Amino acid sequence: MEQILRNILDNDFFVYGIMGIVPLVWIVPYALFAIWLERKISAHMQDRLGPMRTGGWHGWSQTIADMLKLLQKEDIIPAAADKTLFNIAPYIIFVSAYAAYAVIPFSSGFIGADINVGIFYIIAVTSLAVVGILMGGWASNNKWSLLGAMRATAQIVSYEIPSVLAVLAVVMIAGTLSLQEINNLQTGWFWNWFVFQKFPFVFVAFIIYFVASLAEVNRVPFDIPEAESELVAGYVTEYSGMKFAMFMFAEFVNMFAVSAVAATLFFGGWNSPFGEFLSGPIWGVFWFLSKGMMLVSVQMWLRWTLPRLRVDQLMYVSWKVLTPWAFACVIAVGFWMML
Amino acid sequence: MMRKYFIDIYKTIWSILIGMRITFGHLFVPAVTIQYPDVKPKLPERARNRLYVNMDDCIGCLQCEMACPVNCIEIETVKSLPTDDLGTTSTGQKKKLWVTKFDIDIAKCCFCDLCVYPCPTECIKMTDVYEFSEFDRNNLLYNFVTLTKQEVETVKAKAAEFEKEQAAKKAAAAAQAKAAPVVAPAQQSPPAQPS
Repeated sequence: MEQILRNILDNDFFVYGIMGIVPLVWIVPYALFAIWLERKISAHMQDRLGPMRTGGWHGWSQTIADMLKLLQKEDIIPAAADKTLFNIAPYIIFVSAYAAYAVIPFSSGFIGADINVGIFYIIAVTSLAVVGILMGGWASNNKWSLLGAMRATAQIVSYEIPSVLAVLAVVMIAGTLSLQEINNLQTGWFWNWFVFQKFPFVFVAFIIYFVASLAEVNRVPFDIPEAESELVAGYVTEYSGMKFAMFMFAEFVNMFAVSAVAATLFFGGWNSPFGEFLSGPIWGVFWFLSKGMMLVSVQMWLRWTLPRLRVDQLMYVSWKVLTPWAFACVIAVGFWMML
Repeated sequence: MMRKYFIDIYKTIWSILIGMRITFGHLFVPAVTIQYPDVKPKLPERARNRLYVNMDDCIGCLQCEMACPVNCIEIETVKSLPTDDLGTTSTGQKKKLWVTKFDIDIAKCCFCDLCVYPCPTECIKMTDVYEFSEFDRNNLLYNFVTLTKQEVETVKAKAAEFEKEQAAKKAAAAAQAKAAPVVAPAQQSPPAQPS
């Protein structure tokens, strides 16, 4: 795609500008749709109906109406807040979420930047969200916000380790950090996907990555940073209007980003599960997005199944369960590679 | 100790899978939600909602007013003339009183159903209407009277006149009995109440 754009435009500035905006074309409708989907899934899991009125068919435009409402809302900044930090925090979080999309291969024909340290870059920029969260929580000058931000920081920093180790298991098999390369290695039928390789070690690594990524995007059962019953809304307590919407948007963008990474690393990314059947750059987008959405749905499914963890349980899961098992997987895969 | 660690992990994963199976099953359970304005729930047979008075059957006996524990019913009656024919109720009772005022302040009503039982003609009853919210509280004061304002006034004037005549007759009779009328009898009668 980059080559096609270059042929048409012959201007680096426009080419990179368009390449940078293309993921947004997917993300914005996805976020609107996913919020609606989550409400519908949660409702039906509780034998309710969820939004039914806005837009006619099963309330499909509820989120659009919500967004329009949030746009009109007064932008309240608490008097005691640090205004500069308070204002830039939501954008830092969103930028860190969106920056990950620069190296996510949407298809064999489209990747924002095919750098040879892709997965390493993703791990690096997504942890930038911690800065935004802590910034928002601290600048709000509110005890709930600060507690939520501290919890979020502790949580994300703890869960980076098992998730990185789980990724390392895949990287050891692939022998590369480039996500496009990793995808190319999984071409063919679905048994070529890394999740089915070196069974069961990579499968366990996938579970570890998935659990840790839930914690990294603050989803239930790891939503203690915004635990409603304890902390009002955690670090977003003082935010309203579009800034709140940015936090929400960033959360959903992050959800898809970690799902996309999981799909790329473990489920063959844009590869068709059936060899040559429906493969190619255009169908690649379809397979990639459906795999990502599948994992996003599982995240939602888990959210409406599990209760929230306690803080000590959270640390137990990270340090005593996920991290040792991730190490075990890395070592096992390493030995298998040597055989 | 080590054994418990593995058992805990096994139990956690297993219980998460059980929970996921349950929530997935519930995805396909029909929702219990009743989409209210479009679909209305079926009310129980003797549900108590808005009161309704069938004025054709009301004989103005005031029993509902007396039974009401919150005094939300206000009735005023005027005697009819012997020459008037008010008809009969559907239960066959002859109506003897003009009901000139029958107000129910439904805002005060506590839906206790106590006014319904004493009614001899079963004209006051609970309906299945429950959508009667208003922006102004005064709109909740329901007037059930079927007579118009003029009719009420004529009825009252007639009744007053009749009473006056009766009083005059009585006084005249009394005067005749005494056989020495000193004062004009008309002046003794109570003055007609302007309505």
